Amino acid sequence: MNFFTSKLNDALGWARKFSIFQYPFVTACCGMEYMSTAASHYDVDRFGAGFPRFSPRQSDVLFVVGTISQKMAPVLKKVHDQMCDPKWVVAFGVCTCTGGFYDNYATVMGIDTIIPVDIYIPGCPPRPENVIDGLIKLQAKIQKGEQSRTLYDPLTKTGRPADIQ
Amino acid sequence: MTPGQIVQEQFSQQMIEAHDFRGDQTLIIQAPALRAVALFLKEKPELDFNFLMDLTAVDYLFFAGGRVAKAWRFEVVYHFYSLKHNQRLRLKVPVEEKNPEVETLCDLWASANWYEREVWDMFGIRFKGHPNLKRILMYEEFKGHALRKDYPFNKRQPLIGPQY
Repeated sequence: MNFFTSKLNDALGWARKFSIFQYPFVTACCGMEYMSTAASHYDVDRFGAGFPRFSPRQSDVLFVVGTISQKMAPVLKKVHDQMCDPKWVVAFGVCTCTGGFYDNYATVMGIDTIIPVDIYIPGCPPRPENVIDGLIKLQAKIQKGEQSRTLYDPLTKTGRPADIQ
Repeated sequence: MTPGQIVQEQFSQQMIEAHDFRGDQTLIIQAPALRAVALFLKEKPELDFNFLMDLTAVDYLFFAGGRVAKAWRFEVVYHFYSLKHNQRLRLKVPVEEKNPEVETLCDLWASANWYEREVWDMFGIRFKGHPNLKRILMYEEFKGHALRKDYPFNKRQPLIGPQY
């Protein structure tokens, strides 16, 4: 029995990793690099991720591309809550990973303080090769059926469990 | 005569300071005269400043490390442009810390509307007569005014998530 369920999970993971329906949450300059990655020269469709859905309810992977301000944070959380499980989050660019060079009144210091993040793609902005590397790492994670369930707490500098809806 | 000279001649009583750097003219006028000067700039055919290019403010608290003491804390800065005469003029109005308020220019230049909301949001300077003076960049829950020099540069007020 175990043999069959593990094989079934493998097949599910294989199917999922090559049909990534992504939701591009593009807010800033990283969007330009995202577009060049998605366009024909680098062609993310080779990895089954060529189909952006502009509805969170139809997507599996949330691409957070660009700086998230404190004013935008509740919107991002709501978009993430609207996505159906299983779902993954990619922090695209250094602003979404850590806040980047911003340390001010307006910017969220890393989206992992709000929503759990699976893959971090640093860079300001990251090069398309870097993005594709992140995508392949995400595929490996999807294949294993792993999902991040932790948030970063900047006060204690540790992780804490996320309440996933 | 340059636009700066025309205004200086007309409003010599209300003039605090005027300078001209390589053709960029700046006038500092007393706050009560703002509406009159603005109307003069807009209506007088030789000036015809029909375009308010920018409106912002400066906080001179701790200016130059506190070595330069000013009699006032803020200055509201207006950048005017005349499309007809291809001329520019910078107008500054000093604002006291105790009662940070100047007259609105919304009815004269429509572009002043959002600029004045931005200055209110960032510096806490009120514009008397503004039709809709509320925050434009920050959220309503935000306390204080972020570009004032006594606002800690990395103080955050998150709407959701940990308060850090």
